[in-house]
Amino acid sequence: MRRRAYTTYFLPRDLHPAAWWVWALGLAAAASRTTNPWLLLTILAVAWYVVIARRSDAPWAMAFRMYLYLGGFIIAMRVLFRLVFGGAEGATIVLRLPEIPLPEWAAGIRLFGAVSAESLLGGLYDGLRLATMLICLGAANALANPKRLLKAMPPALYEIGTAVIVALSVFPQLAESVLRVRQARKLRGGLARGRFKALHAIVIPVLEDALDRSLRLAASMDSRGYGRAGRVEARARALTGLLMIAGLLGVCVGVYATLDGSTPRYLATPVLAGGLAVALVGFRLAGRRVHRTRYRPDRWHLAEVAAAGSGVAVAAVMFATSSVDPTNLNPSLINLSAPLLSWPPLAGVLLGVLPALITPPPAAEAVPA
Amino acid sequence: MISFERVSFWYRDRTDPVLTDVSLEIGEGEFVLLTGRTGAGKSTLLGAVNGLVPHFTGGHLEGEVTVAGVTTRSRPPREFAHLVGVVGQDPLAGFVTDVVEEELAYGMEQLGLPPQVMRRRVEESLDLLGIADLRRRALRTLSGGQQQRVAIGAVLTMHPQVLVLDEPTSALDPTAAEDVLATLARLVQDLGTTVFMAEHRMERVIPFVDRMVYLPGDGTAVDGAPPEVLKDMPITPPIVRLGRLAGWDPLPMSVRDARRLAAPLRAALPDPPQPAPVAAGKPALTSAGVVVRYGPTVAVRGVDLDLHPGTVTAVMGRNGSGKSSLLWAVQGSGPRQGGTVTVGGVDPQKVSSAQARRIVGLVPQTASDLLYLETVADECTAADDESGNPRGACRDLLDWLAPGIPAEVHPRDLSEGQRLALVLAVQLSATPRIMLLDEPTRGLDYTAKEALARTVAVLAREGHAVVVATHDVEFVATAADRVIVMAEGEIVSDGPAVEVLGGSPAFAPQVAKIIGPRWLTVEAVEAAR
Repeated sequence: MRRRAYTTYFLPRDLHPAAWWVWALGLAAAASRTTNPWLLLTILAVAWYVVIARRSDAPWAMAFRMYLYLGGFIIAMRVLFRLVFGGAEGATIVLRLPEIPLPEWAAGIRLFGAVSAESLLGGLYDGLRLATMLICLGAANALANPKRLLKAMPPALYEIGTAVIVALSVFPQLAESVLRVRQARKLRGGLARGRFKALHAIVIPVLEDALDRSLRLAASMDSRGYGRAGRVEARARALTGLLMIAGLLGVCVGVYATLDGSTPRYLATPVLAGGLAVALVGFRLAGRRVHRTRYRPDRWHLAEVAAAGSGVAVAAVMFATSSVDPTNLNPSLINLSAPLLSWPPLAGVLLGVLPALITPPPAAEAVPA
Repeated sequence: MISFERVSFWYRDRTDPVLTDVSLEIGEGEFVLLTGRTGAGKSTLLGAVNGLVPHFTGGHLEGEVTVAGVTTRSRPPREFAHLVGVVGQDPLAGFVTDVVEEELAYGMEQLGLPPQVMRRRVEESLDLLGIADLRRRALRTLSGGQQQRVAIGAVLTMHPQVLVLDEPTSALDPTAAEDVLATLARLVQDLGTTVFMAEHRMERVIPFVDRMVYLPGDGTAVDGAPPEVLKDMPITPPIVRLGRLAGWDPLPMSVRDARRLAAPLRAALPDPPQPAPVAAGKPALTSAGVVVRYGPTVAVRGVDLDLHPGTVTAVMGRNGSGKSSLLWAVQGSGPRQGGTVTVGGVDPQKVSSAQARRIVGLVPQTASDLLYLETVADECTAADDESGNPRGACRDLLDWLAPGIPAEVHPRDLSEGQRLALVLAVQLSATPRIMLLDEPTRGLDYTAKEALARTVAVLAREGHAVVVATHDVEFVATAADRVIVMAEGEIVSDGPAVEVLGGSPAFAPQVAKIIGPRWLTVEAVEAAR
């Protein structure tokens, strides 16, 4: 038995999308705790390595590069802002730009002027942290099929999931028909004069097309049994609705009271917990009346636990070290020095690379005929 | 299995019914073909089977439609999902998910079938339809024939007792259409599924069907065995017209039957007339080395093409062989990465698009993309303004192409044939010498196709060079002088229609298959007798 479990463990398959999201959120949470560039770069390297090792060849997986570009752009903007809007905090002035005098009402804003190494470095660290968090989310997006994540929603939210999936597939179609109609307009001698007319000439056929499609889709879904099990007694429906609303209200009050110290304490945790419980009961009831089954749902196996666990571990180690040895996590910007790196957080971050080694590789796409 | 009992149907705000007093009885395991002109109520009749008409479309239905003893009056269409599977014209528009395997499972998920059953049925359907290698592919990347087979598979997994198909092959090339039809024939033979199908290009389906229902357009329905119904039908495939001409009785339904009967006719025919040589004189358009590519995919691979005035050229080839890309590149509006195109010393790509359409006109595949105004009259006026013509020129053209289209109608309410005529009039109003038509026969019935063939012939006689990209072999046989076959972006054969069509088993029209490779049309046979 044990032997068999071992042989099937590494067979190629797609992991549960939520496992990748937990892993990536763990990395992102770890990144949010530090501005140490060595640690941030290590997190980046870890995310990058896992993506390369475990992504499939689907289109969304190829979008990871976009996140890298976006990250680079964020860092560049952060540094540029320090240059433009003045960064003279600190003693080491590295660049003296002519300051542009601004009128009095703009007091507090400075354009150019002296730039210090400290503030440039601050911009760099800050940008790097933001970029790393973004790239971690990009990694989740590249590793997990976003549509499968929607499919994994609880049954009560099934309808919303379907709506989102349909909407997602509409966008490429819309883009396609805009292109087609634009090209067709050229055949009638280019666009009509006047901006409004030109818009009219493209929007009308595209919308007609979209409307036609959605009607046909609705007819198709109807004849394939969508919403078949929707018949519920009015009383049951009212009850679930009431439970959900009451629960959500409770959650709102509870969250408000928890965050605002001046409200009485009995409104905080007890109401929050009670609201959550009521809402969950409503959720369950709503889910129970859905007589629908799922084809090959993603299951939560050992590999999913391993992937998610490694992300959680990275975050946990980072939170633990931040209470023990905070200085190395946020290198000082007052006394310029090369940032130091201590072993515990580095080892923690390196835990994040485990999914590249201990999860099964993604299932191969069928070779296009 | 399906029964229509004195069914009449009115759409909302219409006084005249689409169906009047239709009674039909379709038994278990029958393969029934539904025919009729566009607008005769085929889709309405099919939609009534699972209650989409009137539950989804609105309107007023009298009488009773029952499937397996359940009346559509009692429940909405979704409650018929396990009884009736519906497949439409455009499979892509009906897909809910985006991967083949999930699409096959979608219906079963709605029915709430247990996971093991779903898993088994998906595997069975993948094999039954021969799409097992596509299971993880994205639906959008499939070819039309593959998509249509997935759409059929997606309803088959629910194990419906009835399959309703509304022109499932109208967008497919001949080979893909054969695939789909062969699949259907197998379903009827092996599983005993009842199939009720509407189809324009009857010639491909008639050999398989048990019964035919013909809607003449006055609301009634004629029902019977194919030879009987076809005997008096005004719209007929070539094989039937040939049978009528030769006086064969009973009418042959397949090429094989007809060939057995044709020996005396073949003997009585003289040698076929030599085809007039095509491509005489100076070409109206010369192009050399045309290359079109989309990223790494090469759509057109260095094609040389000359078009001569007074000639109708048909461009054929499977979907994705580069027909449309070639037409768009020659017109100048589409991308062209290499090669030259000259019309009277001018390259249509180098001039403005308003000038280009005066040199080369193009009617795109989705002709309605060109229309954006609320009435036919507005479209005509806009076309006159765009072409710099006096008001009324376009309307005159339209009246010549398709007389009697009311001016105040919205272009969307026209029939396919009328809409094509309107777009053609709009494009002709710029008086181009060269006219390119991309898949104009899609969705046209026999009558509309005949009208189009006549129009094309007149345009050629007036000195236009006309190019038609199409899958429709029979249309090409009647209308084209010259045929070009494309594959993988290259021209694989180019020559007079008789030589290219007659000599090829895939492209031969029915008459050529029955009588001999040098006879393409019933008209030619008739003239020679």
